[in-house]
Amino acid sequence: MDLSAINPVLLIASLMVAATPLLLAAIGELVVEKSGVLNLGVEGMMIVGAIAGFAAAVETGSPLLGFVAAAIAGALLSLLFVIMTQVALANQVASGLALTLFGLGLSALMGQKYVGVKPPQMGRIDIPVLSDLPVFGRVLFGHDVVLYFGIALTAAVWAVLKYSRVGLILRAVGENHDAAHALGYKVVKIRTLAILFGGACAGLGGAYISLIRVPQWTEGMTAGIGWIALALVVFASWKPWRALLGAYLFGGVTVVQLNLQAAGVAIPVEYLAMSPYLITILVLVILSADKSSAPASLGRSFHASR
Amino acid sequence: MKLTKLLAGAAVALGLAAGGALAQDTTKVGFVYVGPVGDGGWTYEHDQARLAVEKEFGDKVETVYVENVAEGPDAERVITQMALQGADLIFTTSFGYMDPTINVAKKFPNVKFEHATGYKRAENVSTYSARFYEGRAVQGTIAGRMTESNIVGYIGSYPIPEVIRGINSAYIHAKKVNPDVQFKIVWAFTWFDPAKEADAAKVLIEQGADVILQHTDSTAPQAAAQAAGNVITFGQASDMAEYAPKPRVSSIIDNWAPYYIARTKAVMDGTWSSVDTWDGIGPGMVGIGEISDAVPAEVKAEALALKDAMASGEYHPFTGPLKKQDGSDFLAEGETADDGTLAGMNFYVEGIEGSIPE
Repeated sequence: MDLSAINPVLLIASLMVAATPLLLAAIGELVVEKSGVLNLGVEGMMIVGAIAGFAAAVETGSPLLGFVAAAIAGALLSLLFVIMTQVALANQVASGLALTLFGLGLSALMGQKYVGVKPPQMGRIDIPVLSDLPVFGRVLFGHDVVLYFGIALTAAVWAVLKYSRVGLILRAVGENHDAAHALGYKVVKIRTLAILFGGACAGLGGAYISLIRVPQWTEGMTAGIGWIALALVVFASWKPWRALLGAYLFGGVTVVQLNLQAAGVAIPVEYLAMSPYLITILVLVILSADKSSAPASLGRSFHASR
Repeated sequence: MKLTKLLAGAAVALGLAAGGALAQDTTKVGFVYVGPVGDGGWTYEHDQARLAVEKEFGDKVETVYVENVAEGPDAERVITQMALQGADLIFTTSFGYMDPTINVAKKFPNVKFEHATGYKRAENVSTYSARFYEGRAVQGTIAGRMTESNIVGYIGSYPIPEVIRGINSAYIHAKKVNPDVQFKIVWAFTWFDPAKEADAAKVLIEQGADVILQHTDSTAPQAAAQAAGNVITFGQASDMAEYAPKPRVSSIIDNWAPYYIARTKAVMDGTWSSVDTWDGIGPGMVGIGEISDAVPAEVKAEALALKDAMASGEYHPFTGPLKKQDGSDFLAEGETADDGTLAGMNFYVEGIEGSIPE
């Protein structure tokens, strides 16, 4: 065992990269759930975003266009969820699961000719002075644009939910859709926009995996990250900054596990692989004592006549 | 009207089926793959060999394949399906298909099976594998000479004898040319998962490795090494030449085509029998990919000399004196490991740190 081989600075830097897809997907889902909708299709939207972004980046040669395409693809798939749950008033849990299964199949079909293809590379930001700072330079200022976008998005979502009128309306719809309706807010429209936002975020998260973290396309490459993102929203008790913290914690587990292995510490892989879920269960138990957690209308369908 | 259409359709279908049954002089060969054919590594090479079979026999052969078949119960279903569809010969190309292949073979005594890298045989089941550890010896030599940090990263797939053999062989030969060399081993517990492989490669590089060896099938570690800069890698199972001249400085290429053609021919001629084939560099089942210009000429010459010595049979990668990791004796001076020991290898040689996961 030689723990000194683990460089904490590089560990944190790679942890941030591993956490970004989780963070993007979780922030999107957080907004969706704040509006009172439970969309279990995160994994499906992520993987469709992953292949759409990958394909667009390969065809156009621009990773940024790839991310734009991924966001659009994620939002388009979530539109299906809108039709099912907001128009047809289908059960949200079943619709979300269907969306995940559909997304996995669709992405495999879309990706057939992209297996083994090398995508264009996304450059790192290089800020002349800051990136060269000892210790912090590498951790804070040596990443790609999307990683910073994820953090900025977290801040933006937090500010909007907490301080703006839009955030207040969104929360009102999520807490009590009948009251919000009585006040004259268009519940279905607001929820639709929230779901589309969630889809776009999940798509971005997926593309981050296929374009930056790996970068390559393979079937099922999101490998359950969408589900962890769902758990993360609960873990964060619907608070954006806690989602960021959780994403780093969950993302960190994978990186730390490999680091420990390389340093010669023999912890069975299975323990670390299940630890994020164990933590979620634990947090759920603790949260059950905290009454101010889930949006009150979460998962309930709304129709103006009822 | 509808009924007539239906009956006409049924008649046509029957006719087609009968026609198909009459044209029975084609030999149908099935392939079961663990990854996608476009993985650029292990499965890609098996598929190249399948295409070579088609090219060799033309109309006389029909090939089918199923990719991305998970090891375990799902494999049994796929192999059964293939046998039911009339395959005469089925190649199952991953270690984890061993028991499923044996199980299905029991139910279809007239179908011939070929299982790659396993050790269970039957009347109608052959096994075949390549002596990849010979290629690992070449890689180890280059790795030992090229590393500046003296840390070599190794991405293992599953802790099975084939993989452990590769680690030992690479380590022995790296150590021979560079006594200070140290191996860091990460087990990915997958044959093909680019995300995991990329993470593993990144972690190894962060911990100081400037050479990455992989026993997983995707090109993701190559991409990670390229992004990191001053790191070299080796193509696994396939040439992975799109990453040459750097990071990929050489490769182990699996060449299954001659074997697949010979076995298909044997089925056609009715001379097929259950055998255990284990070929190396000599017969050409293991190829060493072009050593790129990133490697100094004298290192390249040394690596090629080692390759030739193994091809001619004058040198065996596991030649004593060698000790096991726990310090007990493995091979005495000049003694070479026999195939039985190699096939069941479940220990590290002396000098490798860490333990093999259960």
